[in-house]
Amino acid sequence: MIVLEVAVFLLVAAAGTAVALTRDPLNQAIVASFYGLVLGIMFLVFQAPDVALSQITVGAVALPLMILLALAKVRALEGGRGDDR
Amino acid sequence: MTPTLRRRVFLAAAVVAAALLLWGLTGLPPFGVYEGPYGDVLNQVAVAERKATNVVASVTFDYRGVDTLGEEFILFAAVIGVAILLRARRDEREEPPDEDAADRRAPGTSNAVRVLGLALVGPVVLFGVYVVTHGHLTPGGGFQGGVVLATGALLVYLSGEYVTLRRVSPEVLLDSAESVGAAGYVLVGLLGVAAGATFLANVLPLGQPGALLSAGTIPLINLAVGLEVAGGFILLLSEFLEQTLVIRRPGEVT
Repeated sequence: MIVLEVAVFLLVAAAGTAVALTRDPLNQAIVASFYGLVLGIMFLVFQAPDVALSQITVGAVALPLMILLALAKVRALEGGRGDDR
Repeated sequence: MTPTLRRRVFLAAAVVAAALLLWGLTGLPPFGVYEGPYGDVLNQVAVAERKATNVVASVTFDYRGVDTLGEEFILFAAVIGVAILLRARRDEREEPPDEDAADRRAPGTSNAVRVLGLALVGPVVLFGVYVVTHGHLTPGGGFQGGVVLATGALLVYLSGEYVTLRRVSPEVLLDSAESVGAAGYVLVGLLGVAAGATFLANVLPLGQPGALLSAGTIPLINLAVGLEVAGGFILLLSEFLEQTLVIRRPGEVT
């Protein structure tokens, strides 16, 4: 069990670092989604299934989706300004 | 500030932060050791007192029910805030979603995504309903189940089109689900007052631990929260999608 706990901690640390090191926001949203999933697995390993369920639905699905949609809107706006110049 | 200087400032700050964090970690109790009295007391008495096998649910929806009521209204207010922020402005116009445009730029959704999404809608909705209705028995509850239900709506969008999502979840339905859910929590609380006890007192018959109909008001509150969260999240999703797909500012490319 201790091996599993250490492994999931390392995975969380690696995924968190990957989110911070990803520069492109579009890629970052996908990496953040993976990070949300890994955090959910961590909560599950540490016997907090209630929190794991919330974490996976919010962190791995809802939050990246909001980021993606906001990015799509921002890019559409930037494209429009580019045409005016 | 040059990049080198910035990196040095960051490294110095990171070392200090890491040292403080490690210092704090050494003061924590050993892993798995719990020193507060309340958790142990709850583990002893909660199932006998409330007949809910998920002790977390008896804390969030009964012993600390008022806190959760506050949290529910935070979400309620947040969703309303987003809906107000994302409404169409005067200089914006609504256009048919990209999918209907003849010259749409984005490639269509692949058949694999559509089929997988369609196959998942049913199981995901069923799982959401299960998580909401069994919140007092197994891990989960209104919040988690509500978000899972909202994920079902997202799958409808992924496997169909934006118009399909609007058809299966008209705004008036989402608005009423959110409001009825939020109001339902308060009404369940008022049951306690009506029965001569305090607000949110668990006055309904408790039943047997492990039965679907048990734990008094807890499953009712879970239903209310599930309704509110599912409605709120789908509303949030629709508002964002509408902003991205339908509403156009002057000069914005489609």
